[in-house]
Amino acid sequence: MSIMQYNGGSVIAMVGKDCVAIASDLRLGVQSLSISSNFEKIFPVTDRLYIGLPGLASDVTTLREQFRYRVNMYTIKEEREIEPQAFAQLVSSTLYEKRFGPYFIEPVIAGMQKTPSGSYAPFIAATDLIGCLNFAKDFVVAGTASEKLFGVAEGLWEPDLEAEDLFETISQTLLNAVDRDAFSGWGAIVHVITKDKIVILSSSAFISPGLGLAS
Amino acid sequence: MEVSFAMTGKGYVLLAADTTAVHSIIKVKTDVDKIKELSPHLLMAYSGEPGDTVQFAEYVERNIRLYQIRHTYPLRPPSAASWIRRSLAESLRSRNPYSVNLLLGGYDTSTYTPHLYWMDYLGTLVEVPFAAHGYGSYFALSLLDRYHDPEATVEEGLAVLRRCLDEVSKRLVVSPGKYKVKIVDKDGIREVEL
Repeated sequence: MSIMQYNGGSVIAMVGKDCVAIASDLRLGVQSLSISSNFEKIFPVTDRLYIGLPGLASDVTTLREQFRYRVNMYTIKEEREIEPQAFAQLVSSTLYEKRFGPYFIEPVIAGMQKTPSGSYAPFIAATDLIGCLNFAKDFVVAGTASEKLFGVAEGLWEPDLEAEDLFETISQTLLNAVDRDAFSGWGAIVHVITKDKIVILSSSAFISPGLGLAS
Repeated sequence: MEVSFAMTGKGYVLLAADTTAVHSIIKVKTDVDKIKELSPHLLMAYSGEPGDTVQFAEYVERNIRLYQIRHTYPLRPPSAASWIRRSLAESLRSRNPYSVNLLLGGYDTSTYTPHLYWMDYLGTLVEVPFAAHGYGSYFALSLLDRYHDPEATVEEGLAVLRRCLDEVSKRLVVSPGKYKVKIVDKDGIREVEL
């Protein structure tokens, strides 16, 4: 089995009308043995920018620390917050820097991007483990349940969903995909980001029926 | 075959590790202490490749001690866990990585909370209510899913630990005979006889 599947876990991000959402499961395992049902893979970068890091759990922590450092340096030097577009490039170069000995992570980025007119537009992106960027207009997926996430998202997602509807769509997509994946699940967390910097953080452990094991 | 468990309770963390040193198929020692006392309120149970374990544990011990000498106060459990994790993660991508798995139990004297961390040789770090390493984990984790109580008294905690050790003795083909059990709480570290 590949190192990408060793700890398990999945992340998805979706675009809505003047909002974006990013969600993940909370499992951490060693192959098929579950160790924790509270391992977060999504981290805030700024008030309206989040990054999800599914893959090898060791690199989740390492990259989270690495990105925090680099974003802090950027903020100090530029005297402004980093925009999602720029952050996506930073993620890409950070990963490509380790082209021949990569971090085993496939990041997912979701945020609200400032437009020249001063308003905010939804932004999502994903990369592979060596930093090849994929900008999508609808949704991006990554992790051990990525095939299932693609299938369910393809069926449920539609353009211009309002924040509440987007929350429902991303939650159902994640939960139903993760239920068919042995390496993901055990609780979930959803973040909805709207243009006025308001982050609805609908938290943890709505565990799917029949899997009430997690404590 | 090495076995180690740990669990949190009301204001304390319990750690247990077997005391056998194995070489090939021979038990060469039965009174080894595999739980290091890193600071007045921090315990670390280690297992893995013989040689690496003691070497890495002593490296961690000295560095935690150095921090305490330099800053007067010791590192709190979350910070100590982060530092140890980073050491392992950097070691993983070096010429010869340490193969050491850890359970880190500590009592935070600033927030009055117990902390337990599960860590492996890859540099995976996660805070958990209970944890295990080695073949014991296959038996103990399911028992602890059922019986662990984060609000349990020391006596109740030890009773649950007893259940885990008994189950391992009963079902594991090559089970260790003896364990060392240590506890860390607001008063510091002490060893417990089961």
